[in-house]
Amino acid sequence: MQESLRNDEELLRQSVIELMDVDIFYGTYKAVKEVNLNIPKNKITAFIGPSGCGKSTILRCLNRLNDLISSFKLKGRVTYHGQDLYAKDIDPVEVRKRIGMVFQRPNPFPKTIYDNVAYGARVNGYKGDLDELVETSLRRAALWDEVKDKLGESGFSLSGGQQQRLCIARTVAAQPEVVLMDEPCSALDPISTLKIEELMQELKENYTIVIVTHNMQQATRVADMTAFFNAEAVGNKGNKVGYLVEFDQTEKIFSNPEEQSTKDYVSGRFG
Amino acid sequence: MTQSDYSNTDKIMMGERSPLEKTFDQGFRWLTLGFAISIGLILISIAVIIAVGAFPAIKQFNFSFFTNSNWNPVTDEYGVIAVIYGTIVSSLISLIIAIPLGVGAAVFLSEDFIPEQIRTVLVFLVELLAAIPSVVYGLWGIFVLIPITTVFGTWLNQNFGWFPLFSSPPAGPGMLPAGIVLSIMILPIIIAISRDSLASLPPDLRQASLGLGATRWETIFRVLIPAAISGIMGGVMLALGRAMGETMAATMIIGNSNRLSISILDPANTIASLIANQFAEASGLQISALMYAGLVLMLLTLIVNILAEYIVNQVKAKYE
Repeated sequence: MQESLRNDEELLRQSVIELMDVDIFYGTYKAVKEVNLNIPKNKITAFIGPSGCGKSTILRCLNRLNDLISSFKLKGRVTYHGQDLYAKDIDPVEVRKRIGMVFQRPNPFPKTIYDNVAYGARVNGYKGDLDELVETSLRRAALWDEVKDKLGESGFSLSGGQQQRLCIARTVAAQPEVVLMDEPCSALDPISTLKIEELMQELKENYTIVIVTHNMQQATRVADMTAFFNAEAVGNKGNKVGYLVEFDQTEKIFSNPEEQSTKDYVSGRFG
Repeated sequence: MTQSDYSNTDKIMMGERSPLEKTFDQGFRWLTLGFAISIGLILISIAVIIAVGAFPAIKQFNFSFFTNSNWNPVTDEYGVIAVIYGTIVSSLISLIIAIPLGVGAAVFLSEDFIPEQIRTVLVFLVELLAAIPSVVYGLWGIFVLIPITTVFGTWLNQNFGWFPLFSSPPAGPGMLPAGIVLSIMILPIIIAISRDSLASLPPDLRQASLGLGATRWETIFRVLIPAAISGIMGGVMLALGRAMGETMAATMIIGNSNRLSISILDPANTIASLIANQFAEASGLQISALMYAGLVLMLLTLIVNILAEYIVNQVKAKYE
């Protein structure tokens, strides 16, 4: 890795995370190529695209969750406030404290609701009032009223939509700056989905949100910016490599995209 | 079954399976029921036969059997307090050693600290540990372990002799080496079951914890082990049952002394080892007393199993 470069002040103010010429490999297999992307602060950025285009892979490399896969390799630069996330002296644990993640399926810990929310704060050595933090986090996740009388019950006692909001509360309680969401509503019913989308609108006041979604309506409903990814076949073994086609205001992507393939995808012609 | 059959709705609902197939399905049900019941019958018949065999001794000694520490075939005076103490304490020693070692090994083997190939070899070695005959463990205990524990025990006695458990100079065979050998014998059970329950946890849990900024160790201790605790406890209880019932290795190492002594450096005896040692030459009331001891051992393991079930349910209930 090269030494950290100082970035343009203006750019720094606008974007929290920047990807520069990012290539992602699993072993020798190239999964994603040449992604350049700036994720703006306090906005919701959606990643859309057909299956296998590397949206989730890119999302996970933003908080180094791909480190768990031993064959994972990243070329190029991913910076967070100008700091190279993949520099040698960066502690992935510190990265994940600042860049939280909500997963596709609700995955509460086998603990009480309270302990679920308090977990992030506890492992991060939170010094303040834990009760208060749990309450504000649950309120932010629009779950407080539903669970305030049963904080001691297991997180599994909640419905799927509530569990996902619990996971959001858990992420919020760890006090990150960026929240990554990997198809957070794909396992939920429409009403729960709507609740989570409303929640995201409220959360973006304080957080920068990046969401991967298969649901284009969802992207139009929630996202300020949308990145469309596509995949192309390479070689003759059926391998596909994902790349960024277009990144712009959501409105523009869905109404008047620059690229033909974006147009085809958002109008439902493929994918 | 041609297309035309389907026009007749009655026939579709009646099904096209031949009577023979239906009879066979029914018969299979009865067959498996028979197998299931026979397991219960075997257990009950063993318990009944032992209880009947123990009856003269039960009549003779009643509850004094549990308070008397003498086991004297000459005067026909029998009591099991010493061997119950030996059984429980040697099992506890083995658990104290085997739980941290076993759970630690299970954590190591379920994480990706080392390449998959080396891990597979290690898992295989752990399973091999279970395949060593107990008499070989006994031999190893006599020739390798006892000389070591004698030195170590002497040191313990000289420095911590004021503590009741170390209050006697080691006599070679005894509770301590027996407990250590038992711990090695129950390790594979604890490792295999703990590892399985750790490995079967959804990968989401680990990712969620890491995604919140927890380190690997925080993830292991705060999320993974608590989530797998019911499996781990189940393994520990199975192991405890095994340790309490182990006969050959215990008998070779524990010293077979029926005298009650608190010190773990003294020779002692377990119920299983007592029975194995005396049955061949026993006669009359002694046989009955041995049966009674066997019944006590069965009860002890039953209590352990019920306790295990209870604990596992208690721990599980919190999570589900």
